[in-house]
Amino acid sequence: MFTRVQGWLDERFHWADIIGPLKKKTVPIHRLSYWYFLGGITLFLFLIQVCTGILILLYYRPSANEAFESVQYIMTRVQFGWLIRSIHSWAANLMIFTAFSHMFSVVFLRAYRKPRELTWLSGMFLLFLAMGFGFSGYLLPWNTLAFFATKVGTEITGQVPVIGHPLMVLLRGGEDVTGATLTRFFGLHVAVLPGLTTVLILVHLALVQYFGISVPPGVEARWKASPGDARQMKFFPSFFLRELMAWYIALGVLGALAALLPWELGTKADPFAPAPAGIRPEWYFMFMFQTLKKIPAKVWFVDGEIVGIVVFGVAGLLWLLLPFFDQLARGRGRRFVMGAGVFALCYMISMTIYGYMAK
Amino acid sequence: MDTWRNSCCAVALLLLMFFCDGLACAQQQNTCLDCHSALDPPLQVTAETFAQDIHSQKGLTCASCHGGDPTKADPEAMSKSAGFRGKIERSQIPALCGSCHSDAAFMRKYNPSLRTDQLGQYKTSVHGRLFAKGDRNVAVCIDCHGVHDLRPASDTRSKVHPLNVAQTCSRCHADTAHMKGYAIPTDQFEKYNTSVHREAMVARGDLSAPTCTTCHGNHGAAPPGVDSVQNVCSTCHVFQNQMYEKSSHMSAFQAAGLPGCVVCHSNHGVSDPTDARLGTGPQAVCMQCHTPGDSCDQARAEMLANLKSLEDAIRDSDKLLSVAETSGMEVSQARLDEDQARDALTKARVTIHSFSKELVNRDIQDGLNLAGKTLQAGKNALAERDYRRRGLGLAVIFILLTVVGLFLYIRQSEREAPKV
Repeated sequence: MFTRVQGWLDERFHWADIIGPLKKKTVPIHRLSYWYFLGGITLFLFLIQVCTGILILLYYRPSANEAFESVQYIMTRVQFGWLIRSIHSWAANLMIFTAFSHMFSVVFLRAYRKPRELTWLSGMFLLFLAMGFGFSGYLLPWNTLAFFATKVGTEITGQVPVIGHPLMVLLRGGEDVTGATLTRFFGLHVAVLPGLTTVLILVHLALVQYFGISVPPGVEARWKASPGDARQMKFFPSFFLRELMAWYIALGVLGALAALLPWELGTKADPFAPAPAGIRPEWYFMFMFQTLKKIPAKVWFVDGEIVGIVVFGVAGLLWLLLPFFDQLARGRGRRFVMGAGVFALCYMISMTIYGYMAK
Repeated sequence: MDTWRNSCCAVALLLLMFFCDGLACAQQQNTCLDCHSALDPPLQVTAETFAQDIHSQKGLTCASCHGGDPTKADPEAMSKSAGFRGKIERSQIPALCGSCHSDAAFMRKYNPSLRTDQLGQYKTSVHGRLFAKGDRNVAVCIDCHGVHDLRPASDTRSKVHPLNVAQTCSRCHADTAHMKGYAIPTDQFEKYNTSVHREAMVARGDLSAPTCTTCHGNHGAAPPGVDSVQNVCSTCHVFQNQMYEKSSHMSAFQAAGLPGCVVCHSNHGVSDPTDARLGTGPQAVCMQCHTPGDSCDQARAEMLANLKSLEDAIRDSDKLLSVAETSGMEVSQARLDEDQARDALTKARVTIHSFSKELVNRDIQDGLNLAGKTLQAGKNALAERDYRRRGLGLAVIFILLTVVGLFLYIRQSEREAPKV
């Protein structure tokens, strides 16, 4: 049956020519090959997000009056609604975690280096989009914590010099976080971001396919010196089946998290109530949030928050351009990139822990 | 050039003259405070103190009460010809304050919403009646409101702010030496400090909670008579009063000349009305009058048992819902029902004042129905949790089998087709 379908497709679309390059694709085998799975797991989690998101859309109502109740309905009345919503929330967090891990593995294995600069850039933009998904999706259940965290988050956006205030008004749909903000975030979350992400994922995958999978410089040097040591495995079926195993394990972890720790709903947001204590953003924004909290109100004559935002903006831009620094002055550039990577990782982890421990 | 210089000098001189004149005027207006700020108490009144006074803030001066001419800086300012009245005699204080505060037309210029019947009320109060008989030991306006630094009652620093009223009253009423000869106790403040009313006022910050003036009145302060205690309490405890009016106790208490609510709850030291009051222990109140084993005692025991059964049912369901919540189950609707069950328990406790076991049991039954519903919701949530965990177990087994299968398949296929 499968052969007949393949023959039918081949006759019309020259299927063999299309999948030919994929059949020839290989993956290097070395002691660090395990890091190659992170990108695939992130993609798998994104696909889970798309599927569960579509199912949630069947019941979710994006208005301030109905959003919370509709999520509550999904969690309590819809058959397996609790599972779908919990998997959606857990997968979102795991996806950002694996995306960050993937990014740092690329930095430390120096997989961004020439000619893969554009692969790095497309990956970084995908990470930003994932964080955008997280920020916009956080508000959608319209619960107290999300409401006030969005208020704080958009307020920080408003501090960006020049474009901050118009950007905040655009995000909020007015001066305050209201039902209009929910509608906008919903639109971003289910239309704009998925569209952009899908296009960028295709670009990212095409670039990975075009340039092949990077080999760490140390391994590459050894293989050059001794070509007989170079080992590869076929993408289909060897790596693909291994990736499938990783996906299955990820699915098991997701199921366990959803069943043992269902994502909580909290209480419905009341815009007129005072902000409760302990307002904080999602964990992946915590290092920035905690930094902004700790910067003094005034740094010289400039608002501390503005200084923090500008510093993060500049640091983000430099991080984007990391592959280009690596090429500058060979040895020094490489050391700078490694130092920046270690510093960024340590800073993010320590500030996140500090943010959760601080009262 | 000379003309320009001369003009500048002339303008400077004029400005200096205006400045000195203004300074002199300012000094003239404060001549009372100039001396009194340097005197020792009780004659001392500093500019800072008087600036806090509401009268000062409204533009009144020392002369408004004490007469005299504060624009003069010599003894002439305090002469009889200048209308100087000197220290206001205690016997004159209510009338002097009333000369403005009872004048609606005058008061309208400053605070149209302020009542102008204080003096009239004072005359009906125990303080005012004794004062009229010549007792100068009783409270007059300044004893409660202060003098020279008098603040509006809404100011938390005012002696008559709700948070400070009890303390203000206690300055006389808790002073055994001062109250000697009046034949009333002096432990009201001590008892009030142990009461639920004080806890509500101070600990919870509920400024509408009762303080001395809520039950006794302020300017017309007097103890509520035996017949009016119920009316006083019912201004806040409306539903308890409605139930009490339906009860057989009301007529019995009236016939015995007992002061209604106070019989069971006491007055200044109203304590937390726990269910133990219906019991037979040290806090019990029923058995102070009733005989063990009589029909009333049986009704008491039944009502107490029913209250306890509802309380237990709510506690059981609460425990179960907490377990479900910590397991991540969504039980917010059951929590709402549980709140309603608690409301039913509160309602039943209010209905106790009817002393009708039928009425109490009706509320208890409503609560029990709701508690039963929430208990079932908790059980359902835990059953659902277990179902999910079983499902998870099966899924994990399936996933593990698939992963192992994949692993074996990869190993076998790679053994057959070596790596490139």
